[in-house]
Formats: sequence, C-alpha cells, structure tokens
Amino acid sequence: MSIIGRWHALLREQSPVAMATVIEGPEGSFGGKLLVTPEDHEGSAGNEDLDRAIVEAARGILEGGKTETRHFGPRGQRRMEDVAVFVQSFAPPPKMYVFGAIDFASAVARVGKFLGYRVIVCDARAVFATRERFPSADEVVVAWPDEFLETAEVDRRSVICVLTHDPKFDVPVLKAALETEAGYIGAMGSRRTHNNRTARLKEEGISDEALKRISSPIGLDIGSRTPEETAVAIAAEIIAFRTGHAGGRLAERSGPIHESAPDVAPSPDAQDARKDAAGAARDSR
Amino acid sequence: MNPVVEKVAKWREEDKKAALATVVKVERSGPLGPGTSMAVSEDGQVVGSVSGGCVEPAVFEEAMTAIETGKPKLLTYGISDDEAFGVGLTCGGIIHIFVERVDW
Repeated sequence: MSIIGRWHALLREQSPVAMATVIEGPEGSFGGKLLVTPEDHEGSAGNEDLDRAIVEAARGILEGGKTETRHFGPRGQRRMEDVAVFVQSFAPPPKMYVFGAIDFASAVARVGKFLGYRVIVCDARAVFATRERFPSADEVVVAWPDEFLETAEVDRRSVICVLTHDPKFDVPVLKAALETEAGYIGAMGSRRTHNNRTARLKEEGISDEALKRISSPIGLDIGSRTPEETAVAIAAEIIAFRTGHAGGRLAERSGPIHESAPDVAPSPDAQDARKDAAGAARDSR
Repeated sequence: MNPVVEKVAKWREEDKKAALATVVKVERSGPLGPGTSMAVSEDGQVVGSVSGGCVEPAVFEEAMTAIETGKPKLLTYGISDDEAFGVGLTCGGIIHIFVERVDW
C-alpha cells in the first residue's frame, strides 16, 4: 500500500499516526516523507541514520498529540540545523468526561462535541443517564463516577467536568480525577458548594497543591446563567487553560492574537470543522 | 475524518496526480495553524484551504507546477512579500507552506 493509502486507512480507523516531512535539507533528503506509528514506520528521508532520528522524534511528538518542526544534521545529528522536519500528529479525538447527568451536562456535552472531543457522560442514576437526554454524547454510562473514572482511559489531552455539585458524588470523583494526568479538571457549584467541597477534599487528605489543579467553581467569568451560556463559559476555560491564556476581551488588549505555535494540536475533527469554515468563507467571496 | 487526506487518497486510487500544500509555520498572526492543508488534483479540483482565502490562488498555481515537475517547494507568504502579484495576508502574518506532489 502507498503511504497516502496507509495514512488514509489509519485516520479512518482512528489510529494514531504522525506524518514527517523534510521541508528543508540537502538534495536527497528534501521532500522526504515518513509515516510513523507507535509500532512501525514507512518511507525515508534518504539516509538510515536520519530516518532513525526522525522516527524517534515523531513518536515523541505523536505521544503528545502535537505538531511541530524539529531540526537535525544531515545524518540525524542533534544540535544541528541542516535538516528541518515538519511532524504532524494525527491522534484520535481527545476525551471529555462529564459527570452528573443534569441539564447543564447536556449543554456541556454539545459544546464538547463542537470542540472535537469524544464526549462521555457518566452518572450513577439510571433515570438521568440516558441516550435520549444526551443525544450528542458518544457514550452515556450508568456507573458510580469515581469507580468509572478509575478504569477509564484518561491522558493529558483529556478534560474532566464534574457537574454533580453534590459532595456525595463530587468528592470521590474529584479524588479519582486527581489521580489521572487529565489536562483539565473542573467542578461546578456555587461559592458555598465550592468551600464545602474544598473542606471535604482537604479532610480526605488532598493537598493544597493538588487542589489547585481543580478549576472550581468551573468556567470563565462571563456572567453565564443558562445551561448553554454556562457550557460556553466552561468551553472557554478549557481552551484558555490549554493555551495558557488568561481569558478576557481582545478589544482591551494589544499584541498578537495567535501564538506563533499552538501548544496542543487541535483534534482532527476540530481541524476539519475549521477547514470547512474557511472553505465556506472563501466560497462565499 | 480529514477531508483533504480522504480526497487525495481517492485521487491517487484513481491514478490521478495530486499535490498537497501544508501550512508548516505561522509567524505573528495567521488564520490557520500549522498542519492545515489543501490539495489539488491534476484536473484542477481543490479540497481544503491554507489561509482565509488570501493565498489559495497562488498556492493552487504552485501545486499545479509541483504536479508537473515533481519538485517539492517551501513557500512563504506575508503581507510584504509578493505584493506585486497581489498575494499576501491582510492579517499581517507570515505563513510558510510546503507544497509537494503526492507520489508516495
């Protein structure tokens, strides 16, 4: 199978794959293309040693789901700049776990899908955690949130939204969430709920340092009231958290809007949506 | 599913020549991040985009050339470059685009 054929097949089955392209370099390497998966690779940049260095770098970049350019010497040497290799990760969509099958959860699940997440809603109450109530979620699970989270696949790209605002559920699931490497953990609730929950988590032996990982009360301060508005505030916080931006109005700020390099590559779905939007904008001109 | 990869794979299955243009670097402000891509087939079909529509016509020409010659090329577009040809980005950014024939 050709590299393009294999690339297409891997994307279709949502398997992780990185594409490495030599965008600067000597003749024989320039334009070289490598397809790299966690297990194997195909293609060449014209030199065995360079290939080995590129494959190793690409696996690391793929692990973090990133897209970036790395530099090497003509035979893969580090600390040399002759060869520039653009590595693009294609990883399965990141996961969003939503705990608490309340009205707000439905809106959060929808906005999660819109951002390109694979959305999993979980609640211990079978009457609430139904497919009908969460048509946009990829999975609806009836289980105790903490028990479910202990067995769920959570990585650095995962986000966890705890919306139950009932200490009985919140405290154990937040404890379980802190055991994961999730990139974002948010917990809903009023100031009072927040204070009460924080006190209980401390009683359970959670350190102040660990508590800082929890965005609580959840969301950016945009005055949200409805479930939809709150979901937007939560979505905005998730993005700001990932990019390291503070939130706030661009109109009240100067300087560039986009960083030169995104911290985390957007998910394939979100990228497709952006491309579609850009395409539509172009077509309408 | 990535629509650009899907289309290029289909073209290649049909034995149609194609070129892929990928944003590899964005300096200052740019509409689309590294990794966004567009593809062109030898019969002039286009899928995807690499900017807000500002440089696509120029990239299309480069892609057609790449299909013919098989030579990859690293292109740079910015507000000050190529103004004689009316190609640039109104946002003030500089984008680097790698164009290659998909013969792999």
